[in-house]
Amino acid sequence: MAVLSFERKYRVRGGTLIGGDLFDFWVGPFYVGFFGVTTLFFSALGTILILIGAAWQGTFNPWLIHIQAPDIEYGLGMAPLQDGGLWQIITICAVGAFVSWALREVEICRKLGMGYHVPFAFSVAIFAFVTLNVFRPVLMGAWGHAFPYGIFSHLDWVSNTGYAYLHFHYNPAHMLAVTLFFTTTLALALHGALILSAANPEKGEEAKTPDHEDTFFRDFIGYSIGTLGIHRLGFLLAINAGFWSAVCIIISGPVWTEGWPEWWNWWLELPIWPGVERGSF
Amino acid sequence: MSWLPEYQNIFTQVQVAGPPEMGMDNDNEMARERTKGASFSQLVGLLGNAQLGPIYLGTYGVVSLATGTLWLNIIGFNMLAQVEWSIPEFLRQLFWLALEPPSPEYGLTMPPLHDGGWYMIASFFLLVSVMSWWARSYSLAKQHKMGKHVAWAFLAAIWLFLVLGLFRPILMGSWSEMVPYGIFPHLDWTTAFSIRYGNLYYNPFHCFSIVFLYGSVLLFAMHGATILAVTRYGGDRELEQIYDRGTATERASLFWRWTMGFNATMEGIHRWAWWFAVLTPITGGIGILLTGTVVDNWFIWAQEHHFAPTYLEPYGYEEYGDGTFALGASEGGE
Repeated sequence: MAVLSFERKYRVRGGTLIGGDLFDFWVGPFYVGFFGVTTLFFSALGTILILIGAAWQGTFNPWLIHIQAPDIEYGLGMAPLQDGGLWQIITICAVGAFVSWALREVEICRKLGMGYHVPFAFSVAIFAFVTLNVFRPVLMGAWGHAFPYGIFSHLDWVSNTGYAYLHFHYNPAHMLAVTLFFTTTLALALHGALILSAANPEKGEEAKTPDHEDTFFRDFIGYSIGTLGIHRLGFLLAINAGFWSAVCIIISGPVWTEGWPEWWNWWLELPIWPGVERGSF
Repeated sequence: MSWLPEYQNIFTQVQVAGPPEMGMDNDNEMARERTKGASFSQLVGLLGNAQLGPIYLGTYGVVSLATGTLWLNIIGFNMLAQVEWSIPEFLRQLFWLALEPPSPEYGLTMPPLHDGGWYMIASFFLLVSVMSWWARSYSLAKQHKMGKHVAWAFLAAIWLFLVLGLFRPILMGSWSEMVPYGIFPHLDWTTAFSIRYGNLYYNPFHCFSIVFLYGSVLLFAMHGATILAVTRYGGDRELEQIYDRGTATERASLFWRWTMGFNATMEGIHRWAWWFAVLTPITGGIGILLTGTVVDNWFIWAQEHHFAPTYLEPYGYEEYGDGTFALGASEGGE
């Protein structure tokens, strides 16, 4: 069922950013567009390169495939293919595919007369990825500071990078990002639950309205943010979770090179505390 | 469609002020338990409803707030005692201060007040407070004759809370396994826990929990953004759109269908949302419960189950030895 009952009238020409009518068509349920073609190109090439890397590594076990970034000694130069060069091309493919996907979303938004919130939100995720694997390595002077492509090997990178700063939980931007991740999930649970509980009331009851939603939440916590507000809140919380994640890693290395627990000493040494004299530490 | 932010409906530009909504009443006479007034905040009104209050009190709410306040104050006064009752030192060291659980030698018995006793008393009050708040979430939904989805979602979070503070300590045979109260101390506990049990990243249930956590944030970014993008068509009126689909739902659906070949329905997206959010603490709780009780070292466990990567570069894991060494070392731990 490629076309939904109401879909035909929405499948109109136009709204493309580039290429005019050339790629303005659908394949099954998928819209193509110029950026659909570039998405396909980058993701196919990137996937093939990962499989080549897996073949060189000698395993196709998805948990164990590991595409290592270049050694630190190559700095910001190109590395030999088998020694990180593959990772470099895959990174280009990844960024190319992500950006293509976002621009394809923009074209779909324009076709449907929608706001640009989804591609904007996605661009924050892309920003976080580029921060990790492009901006930070560039600022630190070597591609070797980027994370490898592998399910468990990238987790090892997270561990090792975290402990390189002794205790990453003390990174203030990391604290903020984690708090935002948890808060977004809490808000999502409450929003999903409230809609489901209004649309699926007790047996024999008529389905509820936003007035019931407001009443339940005012009764529960003294405030109901409302049907529009909850989507603004969720959107902002989620975007900030991604944004502050990017901040927490870009400041680790380029800005702060000590252990994160030590960063907090400024607070202990503020001159406002009785008995703590300026410069006494 | 303009790019200008004022066209993207991310804040309310004109706030309409009217008499406060005092809530739907029903045959349970719920208005009797509500506070009588409500106020308005223009600042809050930029994002959502400007109205603050009324709130429903009720027995469960009062019990929950009272015990929750006791919990917080026991922690606060214990911290204050640790800094010789100096308010400036309390503020200065606030993030470092802790009310620690009992020492291990007390096992599952009640320790003296100064060595975890206050911690146990505070934890008891927190337990009462949380369970009472849960009862409030259930009873309010019941009185409004709504579904109990909020209460069941809350119970999923309580599962993780009980695993950390009750079930796992009992299985481990010691209240010392509980999590300290304090900003940095609970973060220290988390890191120490991961290191002690051989890197929690290799715990598959920790993996699931992170996937659902990130997935929840992804879903809310997608869902929040989609709805905001169709607010011009009334997309934020989700319940009405569920009961009687309009062009907002059609456009929102087609956006995802054309983007990724699949779309949820207006009701279905909230089921995805609910399950992703709820599975975060459920899977996380399973992962914590297995740690130290069933599995003693997740890295060795990963080696035994062939999903720990090996590297040409030295990563410092030589210390752990290979899987054959691990079998002997983790005897009874798996």
